[in-house]
Amino acid sequence: MITLSAYVVVAMVLFGIGVIGVLVSRNVIILFMSVELMLNAANLTLIAFSRALNVLDGHVFVFLVLTIAAAEAAVGLAMVITLFRNRETVNIDRYNILKW
Amino acid sequence: MSDYLFLVPIFPLIGFLTNGLLLGRLPRPVVSFVGCSTVFLSFALSVMLFFELKAMPAGLRVIEQVLFTWVPSGDFHVNVALLLDPLSAVMILVVTGVGFLIHVYSVGYMHHDPCPGRYFTYLNLFTFAMLTLVLADNFMLMFVGWEGVGLCSYLLIGFWFEKKSASDAGKKAFIVNRIGDFGFLLGMFIIFWSVGSLDFLVVAEKAPLVFAAGGALITTTCLLLFVGAIGKSAQIPLYVWLPDAMEGPTPVSALIHAATMVTAGVYMIARTNALFIMAPDALLVVAVIGVVTALYAATIGLAQNDIKRVLAYSTVSQLGYMFLACGVAAFTAGIFHLMTHAFFKALLFLGAGSVIHAMSDEQDMRHMGGLKKYLPVTFITMLIATLAIAGIPGLSGFFSKDEILWKAFSSQFGHPLFWVLGFITAGLTAFYMFRLVFMTFYGKERMDSETRAHIHESPKSMTVPLVILAVFSVIGGLVGMPHIFGVTNYFEHWLEPVMAQGQQAPASHALAAGGGDTGAEWGLMLASVALVLVSIYFAYVVYNKRTELATSLRERFSALHKVLLNKYYIDEFYGAVVVRPVVYFSLFMWKVFDVVVIDGFLNGLASRYEEVSDFVRTGQTGRVRTYATVFVFGVVVIVAYLALD
Amino acid sequence: MNLDTIIFLVSAVVAVFGGTMMIAQRNPVLSVLYLILSLVAQAVLYVQLGALFLGAVLIIVYSGAILVLFLFVIMLLNLRGSEDFGHGSKPISGVTKFVLALLFVFELIAIVRTSLLQADSPIGMMTAVPVDFGSVKAVATLLFTKYLYPFELAGVLLLAAIVGAVVMTKGPEDEGAGATDELYGIADKEAEGEK
Repeated sequence: MITLSAYVVVAMVLFGIGVIGVLVSRNVIILFMSVELMLNAANLTLIAFSRALNVLDGHVFVFLVLTIAAAEAAVGLAMVITLFRNRETVNIDRYNILKW
Repeated sequence: MSDYLFLVPIFPLIGFLTNGLLLGRLPRPVVSFVGCSTVFLSFALSVMLFFELKAMPAGLRVIEQVLFTWVPSGDFHVNVALLLDPLSAVMILVVTGVGFLIHVYSVGYMHHDPCPGRYFTYLNLFTFAMLTLVLADNFMLMFVGWEGVGLCSYLLIGFWFEKKSASDAGKKAFIVNRIGDFGFLLGMFIIFWSVGSLDFLVVAEKAPLVFAAGGALITTTCLLLFVGAIGKSAQIPLYVWLPDAMEGPTPVSALIHAATMVTAGVYMIARTNALFIMAPDALLVVAVIGVVTALYAATIGLAQNDIKRVLAYSTVSQLGYMFLACGVAAFTAGIFHLMTHAFFKALLFLGAGSVIHAMSDEQDMRHMGGLKKYLPVTFITMLIATLAIAGIPGLSGFFSKDEILWKAFSSQFGHPLFWVLGFITAGLTAFYMFRLVFMTFYGKERMDSETRAHIHESPKSMTVPLVILAVFSVIGGLVGMPHIFGVTNYFEHWLEPVMAQGQQAPASHALAAGGGDTGAEWGLMLASVALVLVSIYFAYVVYNKRTELATSLRERFSALHKVLLNKYYIDEFYGAVVVRPVVYFSLFMWKVFDVVVIDGFLNGLASRYEEVSDFVRTGQTGRVRTYATVFVFGVVVIVAYLALD
Repeated sequence: MNLDTIIFLVSAVVAVFGGTMMIAQRNPVLSVLYLILSLVAQAVLYVQLGALFLGAVLIIVYSGAILVLFLFVIMLLNLRGSEDFGHGSKPISGVTKFVLALLFVFELIAIVRTSLLQADSPIGMMTAVPVDFGSVKAVATLLFTKYLYPFELAGVLLLAAIVGAVVMTKGPEDEGAGATDELYGIADKEAEGEK
């Protein structure tokens, strides 16, 4: 029997990889995928706790998180397309017109 | 029918909205049609309501229509409600009737103006506000109308706002009126504070219970209300705006500054007669200010050369008569004169407008003369109006003015001195009005040849209203013939239910009924008629037969003439005493307080912020990843704090 | 070391490996493929935790739809990892960021290990669950009864996202629908075809 903490640790590691991805990646699409990875790490903890406590509500939350991830991906990618159309680049550092 | 009372003010409102919202999108004929027809509908409805009211028993002639509750605030409860009683019935007939004629006249007069839409929009809004004023059943709603007509007056005086004098005159009218409005407001506060209601009927009913007759509180209240009336009706010392208001289009002067708005003060005092009758001291003030204004304005009228200004001072003078009537508790006589004055003064203004129109916008009578043969209709109608205002027996002005003079003499609040001053004013009125007629229509033609070539009688849309008003100027007085002619005074009967509200002793009745005074009334009447005829003859001699006399008279009394010509230097006096200190104080506040203190403080604050922001913004790189890093750093710190807890 | 543990270890390692490779790639197409790998491994963990329905959803919706959308956009933008991001001035160096993120993860793990999952904690161990735990029927029952309104709201959210995405990618007004065609590179071909 694998303990709950093992699953949670895996989720933490995945989350950390996502954070590193967001901080380090210059490609806006990879940055986006890092965010998706973090969302999934959170999902994993939800499912693990759900199983540990024998409460099914966590599954519903995961379901809703998936919905939000889908919506976010749609809008986010639309933004990427618009940005790319204007700037001809996916380098996140070049999207800096909001400064000052 | 009485259910449709609210439509009387609503029709002009519809016209206002139609013309106002579609400003500049409607063709000229449509604009004119909308402007006139809405007022005509109001007039037709007013006539029907009048007859309905007439069919009711005399004591019960009150139609009240509550439209909705406006202010439901605890004890302070104000309805938007309309009140039709004999007094307001007379007023709506005058406002819509004369108003309709002036609307029609305007179609011709404003034919060449580039923005008729704006003009009719304002005019309809004015009619709406004026009807609200006279139909209101409480002080609050009346005040709404009161301010509404003030606003429209401002807008219409400054209608040709590209002219500096016109926009200045508009501002002057607005500001001077504001002083009066302040008094009205304070009076309203006292009434609510002591009576607990603002409904006219409730106030009239409760006033004798709440106020001590002749007490300080009621006197103060009435004087404050009278301050409002002074401002709106151009009495001393707040009359200065009315002569300047002549900068507006002439039909506007006829409607607002002769027939309707300026009489609002008289109407208001008649409406609150139940209060005024309890304050003899206030009545005395009203009478004194009225009669002094009448005489004072008449003397100024003697020396003015601008045709509209003569009429403006004449209006101030006639309003003084009305206040004299109110001041001697002869409210009926005041309203009667208000009505007849609306006819003949509107006619005079419209006639003057016709003259000005024909003279290519020349207003100086010294450049007129001999217009009789060019403008026959205008001449005849203006002559009728002049005879009416002068008080020639049989015409409307005679009956109303004579009643005022008689009441000034005989009423329990009257005094022979009032009669003497009013009597002199009547003579002066006849003189300056005939001076106007002779200078304009008789004698040598003093205009230049180019202007002469353009002289033409006005179009039908302008002359027909003139004729109709002339008819009313003749017969309008017949409804109020005095008792001594052996007929019933219908007008007095009609208004009796309203005016008897708070009247302990209808003094005029008691005296008029006494047979002994009939002789005195005849005597005074004949005296004033004689004076009027002498004045007319004098004017004829000086300004028509021997015009060199006018010059020599002017030279002999040059100092007096100069004073009169300059209107007693009142404008200069106000300028020095009121306007200049205010201007200098404002300049000080602007240059020193505003620029140095306030701006200095705020700008200093702003530049400090700017310096700080300059420093802080270097952290704003616009790089999302840097922000994310800082964010994560914050999370790490917070989690560490929680973990150590 | 039973089968369960082996499956867990393999899946966990593959998930972490996929994630790591994802962020290490220069070519976004490869990144997407590694993320799919990671997600499949996570789906295995889901199933191991009894979440059969969500495991299937993760593969079908996430790998099958969302990540395909990513691939589609990459194709649309014609990105092959060829863009040179250069080495512009960096306010904060990559190493600092890396350390910061590791610190974050260690903190989280430390908290999990110290407070939440001590040996004597009642939730440290898995409890027994019914046979149909995580089945489609069980999740659906909950979703359509207790969480009906959040479920419906999620639908509205998706609609809003669709509208938002369409509006944002529509392009300038005057170009209208042509903007999209231009992006696809088919407008010119069409014009040629008409000739």
